Amino acid sequence: MSLQSVSKSQTSQPVSVRAIFLVALVVISLVAPFFVYPLFLTKMLCFILFASAVNIVLGYSGLLTLGHAAFFGGAAYIAAHAMKVWGTPFEVAILLAVAFSSALGLLFGFLAIRRQGIYFAMVTLALAQMIYFLAIQMPFTGGEDGITAVPRGMLFGVIDLHDTLTMYYVVLVLVAFGMLVIWRAINSPFGHVLAAIKENEARVTSLGIQPNRYKLIAFVLSAALSGLAGALKAIAFQVASLADVTWHMSGEVVLMTLLGGLSTLIGPGIGAAVVIALEHYLSTSGLPIMFMIGLIFMVCVMLFRRGIYGELREWYRRSRSARDHS
Amino acid sequence: MTEFFGVPVVVLLGQVLLGLINGSFYALLSLGLAIIFGMLNVINFSHGAFYMLGGFVTWIIFSHLGIGYWPGLLIAPIVVGLIGALSERLLLRHLYGVDPLYSLLFTFGAAMMLEGLFRYIFGSAGKPYPMPSALSGGYNLGFMFLPVYRVWVIAIALVVCFGTWFAIERTRLGAYLRAGTENPVLVQAFGINVPALLTLTYGFCVGLAGFAGALAAPIYQVGPSMGANLIIIVFAVVVIGGMGSIAGTIVTGLALGIVEGLTKVFFPTASAITVFIMMILVLMIRPNGLFGRER
Repeated sequence: MSLQSVSKSQTSQPVSVRAIFLVALVVISLVAPFFVYPLFLTKMLCFILFASAVNIVLGYSGLLTLGHAAFFGGAAYIAAHAMKVWGTPFEVAILLAVAFSSALGLLFGFLAIRRQGIYFAMVTLALAQMIYFLAIQMPFTGGEDGITAVPRGMLFGVIDLHDTLTMYYVVLVLVAFGMLVIWRAINSPFGHVLAAIKENEARVTSLGIQPNRYKLIAFVLSAALSGLAGALKAIAFQVASLADVTWHMSGEVVLMTLLGGLSTLIGPGIGAAVVIALEHYLSTSGLPIMFMIGLIFMVCVMLFRRGIYGELREWYRRSRSARDHS
Repeated sequence: MTEFFGVPVVVLLGQVLLGLINGSFYALLSLGLAIIFGMLNVINFSHGAFYMLGGFVTWIIFSHLGIGYWPGLLIAPIVVGLIGALSERLLLRHLYGVDPLYSLLFTFGAAMMLEGLFRYIFGSAGKPYPMPSALSGGYNLGFMFLPVYRVWVIAIALVVCFGTWFAIERTRLGAYLRAGTENPVLVQAFGINVPALLTLTYGFCVGLAGFAGALAAPIYQVGPSMGANLIIIVFAVVVIGGMGSIAGTIVTGLALGIVEGLTKVFFPTASAITVFIMMILVLMIRPNGLFGRER
């Protein structure tokens, strides 16, 4: 029981195309803040990392998680609290938040991987809702108001992050680091075992590998990076609120991943960018965002389950093979 | 005054009763969820949205058309059931062939869309619905005050749950349903229209959710987020009970309502997360749920 397998091999593309693409991506992300509002781009980056982190579990391990808002929003609260109340430096707050989300991921993962398929989704959803209720009740989260006016602080005590452009580049570096971790993990022996578990769990077990151990590591890695994304967003926007721990957030990030393309390295990033841009546009148009998100979700599941990047790649592959045959 | 662990028995009984009401809603919703899962192999996340829809139908026909509670209790499930049957026929049906996770995501999107739509039209605030006059007031039992509406909710929920159980376990149509769950191809070969049976099942179970929504209107306010908050708790209930048996699902729903009510007495702050804590405990001890079998 796993989500439809999309990727066959990522290395079949010619190296030059990938190199050009990578260089273009670096250049664009470096110059973009001079053309687009940097804080908007920062938000986009955080969600690109969040969706890519969810993809480790959803795409590469084939486990439908509906509870990742707990890691994203939970880490946001920890980072905001650390910066504002404890007055820790930026880097310490980030580390604390990631440590928290990893620990939470270990707990959730330990419980959730006892059940498979549909039950896994329900368990993650319920556990995340528990965090939501705790966030409402605990005094330090500020209830409905959240934690506001969070100071951004100084990076290593020298770089002032209150400049939005500086903040953008710091987030860019950390998100790039997160993406590198994901890329390394997926293309390592660990990543191949994950892929094998997704294809045929019984066979992997018969080879003497414990699938649950691998699933748990993947889940914790995913939770940690989701936490990094949440902490960065909280500090960049100087606020941690209930909105980040709701089930809507868990659903939205699954939508981003699905819309961009499951089990592809850059697909979830594309999906996140599209959804964030769309929300930005919708928020000024007066159309109900939640309604539109739900609608896109349904259309995406009905009509193109491969996602934007998945469909594009399929189209590219088909057109190339057609050319080879002619 | 008699006491139990330092708590007056009256308070305890009151909370048990309150818990039974929540439990009735858990039972009504998890029952529909379990039947849909059994027949269609779909986890219907939009079940909560249909519950909300039931509440809103009751409220809209009252505030705009002046149709009161009793007709509303009948109209809401029918309207919701028809909408559900239509959505199954037109959309959900096309997802039976693919991984069940996609149908979960589809209904998830549908729930978001419905909640977003109602929030856009009616705003986030809850709408009060007047208590029907025949059911207002209460009995004075000497040791506690028993509101009539609570007794009514628990009684009617039990009747509906039992009726559904009876229809599935003891009637011919129910036998077709159960047979269809086991082997749809074979049942189809016997000349039973399985696709129609699936539409009927979905429409009926979603109608049950709509009925629960109408039932909830006078005690909980009718609002866009009433469904999602409840359905996530019901998911935990379903994980605890397992979806193997219909009777088991009903019992789990009611029992968890009571446990939640009792928690309110002893640890008031933990009552919101009681069901989730129970879920964690069950996952550690009996991963397949109390009445469950691994599917």
